[in-house]
Amino acid sequence: MPLLSVEGLRTQFATSAGVVRAVDGVSFAIERGEVLGLVGESGCGKSVTSLSIMRLVPPPGVIVGGRIRLEDDDLLDKDAEAMRRVRGARIAMVFQEPMTSLNPVFSIGDQIAAAVLAHAGGSRHAAWERAVEMLDHVQVPSPRERAHDYPHQLSGGLRQRAMIALALAPGPQLLIADEPTTALDVTIQAQILDLLRRLQAERGMAVLLITHDLGVVAELCHRVAIIYAGRIVEMAPVASIFRGPLHPYTRGLLRCLPHPSRFGQPLSSIDGAPPDLRRVNGGCRFAPRCPLVQDRCRRDEPTLAERKPGHFVACPVVTV
Amino acid sequence: MSVIAEATVPVAVRPRRRVSFRAVFGLSVLLVMGGSAVFAPQLAPWDPTRQILVKRLRPPMWQERGLREHPLGTDHLGRDILSRLLYGGRISLGVGLTAVTLSGLIGVTLGLFAGFFGGRADAFIMRIVDVFLAIPYILLVMGVVFALGPSLLTVILVMAATRWVHFARIVRADVLSIREREFVAGARARGNRALRLLLRHVLPNALTPIIVMATLELAFMIIYESALSFLGLGVQPPTPTWGWMLADGRNYVATAWWLATLPGLAIMLTVLAVNLLGDWLRDTLDPRLPV
Repeated sequence: MPLLSVEGLRTQFATSAGVVRAVDGVSFAIERGEVLGLVGESGCGKSVTSLSIMRLVPPPGVIVGGRIRLEDDDLLDKDAEAMRRVRGARIAMVFQEPMTSLNPVFSIGDQIAAAVLAHAGGSRHAAWERAVEMLDHVQVPSPRERAHDYPHQLSGGLRQRAMIALALAPGPQLLIADEPTTALDVTIQAQILDLLRRLQAERGMAVLLITHDLGVVAELCHRVAIIYAGRIVEMAPVASIFRGPLHPYTRGLLRCLPHPSRFGQPLSSIDGAPPDLRRVNGGCRFAPRCPLVQDRCRRDEPTLAERKPGHFVACPVVTV
Repeated sequence: MSVIAEATVPVAVRPRRRVSFRAVFGLSVLLVMGGSAVFAPQLAPWDPTRQILVKRLRPPMWQERGLREHPLGTDHLGRDILSRLLYGGRISLGVGLTAVTLSGLIGVTLGLFAGFFGGRADAFIMRIVDVFLAIPYILLVMGVVFALGPSLLTVILVMAATRWVHFARIVRADVLSIREREFVAGARARGNRALRLLLRHVLPNALTPIIVMATLELAFMIIYESALSFLGLGVQPPTPTWGWMLADGRNYVATAWWLATLPGLAIMLTVLAVNLLGDWLRDTLDPRLPV
């Protein structure tokens, strides 16, 4: 049984301009100790998917369908108090913006110690010691002194390390990392990715990595799900995606990356824009931008099918 | 040129933590005021309500006609100004502090709830605030004082009841923006209860305007109390309060300057000290500002 399974998740936002179907039938599973990348462009529903798993979709967003299972528990069936106990303890989250994700009026040691106290109890002193340990664990230099620092005294990279320490302090089974390196310098990005990989391997923790950066995916993930306009269009092991992408959207994405073999040529892009999520109906959502489009693409909504071992794609047109 | 430029490059010195003038001044004035209020019975040379009509309207001792036994002069009923100031401070400071604390507690609590939970709670609380702002407060005060009878407690309750709305509005406005910040979302994602989010993540970040508001309100309350006393709705004569002394001395300001000036000075010094202290407190509590 997978650690987390999401089946047919649908999350909608009722706005005055119409119902936005931000996540529309997303299914995937994460095994224990697995890193799954959820890749897509802005507004495709990847963050809403992660917030749906935490049941923290901001109003007017509502989860209208599907199932989310963590081990034996159905998260959508839990009452508010039971769900609150899942957050932090079993599923933790790291956000994109290390500048604003820490409370500015408490020192980082204080914040981590508070998280330890809330989940494990014990004495204040023990919690503080545990906080210092956690800071050391995420490779903050001289953690005993740094624990007394306030967030504004730390660099972006150190802040993100503190965030990770804060998230991991209760020992969660699943870490949802929502663009954890987007706001950082490239050199710091590499360090944070290294850290995440090491912590993941050491703790055997599952990670749902949300990103739009295929480079980050290649570094860290075991499997990738490509999401477009609220639906997963392709899901496969990392090597399989990079060596033989199947979905025209995935192919387009990979072609957008600079590559030594195309040196001197202009970068390509995918023509058009994602559809208005208030007005999607029947048919493949990528059809208007797809180079392989056929009549049936506009008529029938494609479903994920296993075209190669472990490689699922929602496109009946593409040839393997 | 280059030699001079090199010579004038300052050596990086870690600035020493200096004692703040604002803190020292504010604190010492408040200590003196508070101390003299607490120890008024020991310090005052005269009974503050004792009238000696033959010695009415005597100026402070350093002026012509001044008397040594009345260092700050006497009023139109021959009462000792110094003693009245000392005893008046008890009422003015005590009433001001209690009223600010009470109105702050009510206002901050309701403002936190309204801003954080939004929706119906917000609409309900803010409509009450609007109602309080719409009623002319003197009318409200007259009604309450008429119902409960004028007393120190009534004055404090009335003052808190009419001023909490200002705390509520400023706190709510701040909370509206704080609750959207990522660290609050992060704390929620770590499974914190709503009450804990409020007390640990929202309130400490809304503290700055609350402190500033409280110092301004303390100043306002001292003056508010005098206004109520002046209208006969507050503390009743002959009990001395700074506000009432100020109002009373108004009639003699052309001939006996000390009657209105001295209590005015006491109010001004206290308000200034409180404001400076609040200013300093705000800067010190904010870890982002260098000390």
